[in-house]
Amino acid sequence: MILFALRRFLGFAATLLLAAVVIFYLLDLLPGDPARFTSGITATPEAVANLRAQMGLDAPAHERLLGWIAGMLRGDFGMSYTQRAPVAALLWERLAVTLPLTVMAMIISVVIGLPLGIVSARARGKAPDTAIMVLAQLGVAVPNFWFGMMLTLVFAVALRWLPPGGFTPRGENPWLSLRGLVLPSPALALPQASILARVMRTALVDVQGQDFIRTARAKGLTMGEAVWRHGVRNALLPVLTILGLQFAFLIAGTIIVENVFYLPGLGRLIFTAISERDLILVRGATVVLIVAVTATMFVVDLAYALVDPRLRERSTP
Amino acid sequence: MRWSIRACGSAARHEFFKRHPNLVIGLVATMLFALLGLISLVWTPYPIAQIDIGRRFLGPMAAHWLGTDNLGRDMASLVMSGTLTSFVVAALAVAIGAGIGVPLGLAAAAWGRPVEWLVLRFSDFLFAFPAIIVAILVTALFGPGAINAVLAIGLFNIPVFARVAQGSALSIATLDFVATGRLAGLGPAAIAYRHLLPNIMSLIIVQGTIQLSLGILAEAGLSYVGLGTQPPATSLGLMLRDAQSMFLIHPPADAGAGAVHRADRDWSQYCRGWIARRHRSAAAAGECQCRCLRSKGSSCASAAPRRSAM
Repeated sequence: MILFALRRFLGFAATLLLAAVVIFYLLDLLPGDPARFTSGITATPEAVANLRAQMGLDAPAHERLLGWIAGMLRGDFGMSYTQRAPVAALLWERLAVTLPLTVMAMIISVVIGLPLGIVSARARGKAPDTAIMVLAQLGVAVPNFWFGMMLTLVFAVALRWLPPGGFTPRGENPWLSLRGLVLPSPALALPQASILARVMRTALVDVQGQDFIRTARAKGLTMGEAVWRHGVRNALLPVLTILGLQFAFLIAGTIIVENVFYLPGLGRLIFTAISERDLILVRGATVVLIVAVTATMFVVDLAYALVDPRLRERSTP
Repeated sequence: MRWSIRACGSAARHEFFKRHPNLVIGLVATMLFALLGLISLVWTPYPIAQIDIGRRFLGPMAAHWLGTDNLGRDMASLVMSGTLTSFVVAALAVAIGAGIGVPLGLAAAAWGRPVEWLVLRFSDFLFAFPAIIVAILVTALFGPGAINAVLAIGLFNIPVFARVAQGSALSIATLDFVATGRLAGLGPAAIAYRHLLPNIMSLIIVQGTIQLSLGILAEAGLSYVGLGTQPPATSLGLMLRDAQSMFLIHPPADAGAGAVHRADRDWSQYCRGWIARRHRSAAAAGECQCRCLRSKGSSCASAAPRRSAM
């Protein structure tokens, strides 16, 4: 197991390193000079050149790449030249919005999706199953940002129960800050919950036909007990994988949904950074997103191997 | 697998469609939208770039079947043209994904170990870049545009197809007829092309329809945040973006019920139906084909939600 974890960790680190290199060189190809930007239009060429040297921009690309990666390992992502603040601080500030939102959406989708999937599988072919599957189909088909707009329209504009958008920092008023996430998180969770319900249903239906369920029944358990004790646990394996993958989708979804609700999260930061051509910021934010996705995959891999010992053996070369 | 493909396309076709109403609904709806998009190539009720401020925010009427938007553009024309954009972007993205991913997956299955390792690591690596991140990078590089969306979604599709192709080809590669082919002197490339590809085609098609519907959604998302299609061209995501800004510019306190109504008319009435129905139908078509084409022992959990547990 330790060997397995170690190997996976190496893979994880290699992916990140490669991703960082790709991102660095891609963005390095871009025209546009931060030094010129910072010093303004009227600056003399000498002043710009001076600033370039000061910012370390005249070093060859691979040196700057190494410096950047070494900096990130120390938690120093460089300085954003439009915001005139350390990138790490900016990212951290925005993550305080994005992360709770993602976690809340994740919880909602699990709490809604899994039970619905189980109910659906238990009632396979009957009315509840059909109803849930139609709902799930709808949930997958509706874009989450549209669903978010509908939520705003109903709960913020018509009923005025909740704010239509914006965000209060947690330090100022934790209650208000939570309220700001009440609408975005279900918007984000809807497609995920639908997918989860479908995967859970498929997995459970699969498991229900297995021999060990029949054995459990022969032992004298009722069908409900057999499915609950033996079925659900086995069916959770594919669900776990999907949950991990969903994190990636959730992050993508957050970036879009933040725009619906005007939340000052990572996504909005990236968009401002792009429109202002603040490449250091874009670079840092992209890396953070990729770290989040890859780390989730890594954790899922480990969890998977913990739950299912067969996998550990199979992956040994 | 052979059997199920034949069942799909043979004389029993009529009977088959009768037994699968979902497929018919999905197919008809998808065709309808595709047709709508295609018609927009040669004809729309009004030119989509025609701005007429005097006629903005009109409700549905004979001259404008779906009313007009904030710039007085005809909604029906916009929807038609937007549908085409969404379809084309998603289809190109599927083409990129399948065109690169399937050969990769086949190569992994046919050549074995070193190639397999390379392909799997490569697709793992691509998986780390969700479409939106790719889109962000591409936008930073080339500026926003529909090509962006195609590239971003297509890149994201590559590992999906590579995985599906590799996984399903692997199960076929161990069968006797493949070994026979190898005995007859076929190299890995010939094995992949002559024996593996035809046998995994059904799964690839299924995955293609699923990725198509996902691609439509992804395009809507990218355009919505401004990374996809740019005006004056239009797509359904872009229309939602325009509509939302209208809805927030007119806060309820200032315009009262009128704003709500206007906003509601703007997007809920028009876009909701269109987008939801279209995605639903695309997804439904995917799922149905899935059920009819799917080979037995395969295991794409997300791809095949309904499996009869025999």
